[in-house]
Amino acid sequence: MNKVNDRSRDIGKFIPAEDDGRIICRCEEITKGEIRKAVHEGMFTLTEIRRYLRTGMGLCQGQTCAKLVKSIVAAELHVSPAELEPATSRVPMRPIEMRILGNEAKGGDLNE
Amino acid sequence: MNNCADVIIIGGGVIGCATAYYLAKAGSSVIVLEGSDHIGDGGSSRNGGGVRQSGRDPRELPLAMYGIRNLWPTLSEELEVDCEYHQDGNLRLGKNEKHAQILTGLADRARACGLDVRMIDGDEVRQINPYLSHEVTVASWCPTDGHANPLTTTLGFYKTARKLGVRFITGEKVTSLQMVRSRVRKVVTENNVYEGEKILVAAGLHSREILGSVGIDVPMSQSLLECLVTEAEPHMFDQMLGTAEADFYGHQTKHGSFVFGGSSGLEPFNKDNGTPVTSSLIASCICRGIMKYFPDLADAKIVRTWAGWSDKSADGVPVLGSIDEVPGLYAACAFTGHGFGIAPAVGEQLTKLMLTGSTDVDIASLHYDRFKAKDVIGF
Repeated sequence: MNKVNDRSRDIGKFIPAEDDGRIICRCEEITKGEIRKAVHEGMFTLTEIRRYLRTGMGLCQGQTCAKLVKSIVAAELHVSPAELEPATSRVPMRPIEMRILGNEAKGGDLNE
Repeated sequence: MNNCADVIIIGGGVIGCATAYYLAKAGSSVIVLEGSDHIGDGGSSRNGGGVRQSGRDPRELPLAMYGIRNLWPTLSEELEVDCEYHQDGNLRLGKNEKHAQILTGLADRARACGLDVRMIDGDEVRQINPYLSHEVTVASWCPTDGHANPLTTTLGFYKTARKLGVRFITGEKVTSLQMVRSRVRKVVTENNVYEGEKILVAAGLHSREILGSVGIDVPMSQSLLECLVTEAEPHMFDQMLGTAEADFYGHQTKHGSFVFGGSSGLEPFNKDNGTPVTSSLIASCICRGIMKYFPDLADAKIVRTWAGWSDKSADGVPVLGSIDEVPGLYAACAFTGHGFGIAPAVGEQLTKLMLTGSTDVDIASLHYDRFKAKDVIGF
């Protein structure tokens, strides 16, 4: 069962911090400040943060930044990181060229 | 916190969020209940981002035209988020005589509704989009169509509505509606009871069982749609693309990546493991489709694929408006995979309907009680 999550609950004000300019998602160049601000704009889940800011949507698909984003969002919401569900991992595991993904025939030629 | 509001909206997708925004702007108090853990987790975040009028049924075309004329141009500014709205036209592509017939029929019906859409040949297609292969021999061209980012648009409506005081609660699955003194009044969830003067059901596929609790049935079924996205590529084109048989669609995003959707034809027969699953055949099939239309993209890398359910109506257009037998109840569901582009218009017009009893755009043909036996086949 899903957990009831009231998006109007008080999480305090957004307070700018010295390290807000630090890049957290390297693929999409998203900073810590942008992530913190998004939480205060209502993005309370890692899935929403990803869709709103594109964190973890680049070439590495969040393999580098997912844990960092999680700890930043958890701190802003005053909850343990363990309470936040990770965003869904999606196929393919590694970026793959269309000419390869589109070729299902063994030793096949796409032009045939 | 108070569980009462002027309007309770069931469903935190783009339709629910947009309606909540326009209602709050007009001064109503609103509570939005979303069954999943995330705002916009269904079709709202999984569609191809089309904001088009061409290729639509004449019954829903006026809503699409109204939104594109009045709401989309200023939406980013209004929601303080980049909706990435592009109005650079829609090419609906065809490869043979059968496709040409489908496209001509669609274009004729749209022109009768006052839409500027015309048929063009393969050469003119490649003047508009030089990357398209010579397999494309015909297309319909609608210059006022376009595309936007469904993720930022949905969350933008949510963010702004929330700022205006709308209370959103996720993980709050609705089990039934209840009447009080012959009006709908109570919304019962697994955990709580909410009360509203008016209730809007905009819960995608789940709308059917929720409406069913007060005796209303909307004939719809689920249909799987899959999309994929490439890594960022140099800028190539800004049009929205579709096909005569609606089996392939997509565009290049502001980010540079291409988002394409498609199907393998085997979707209705996917293996059911009790969880939503897709088939490994689909993404490969979409890739082959893309390469046939755009040979230059063969080396572009796919970084992610996803699928979603569309709430498919029995006659291909949504159910929208008030429910006569249940005073206070409204429905907005069965969008059949093309709800995103009309979402702002739906939200704005539903707000008007709830507050004044009438709409600027005629939505009478989207009424819930239009379904009659045998009529449902072929509209």
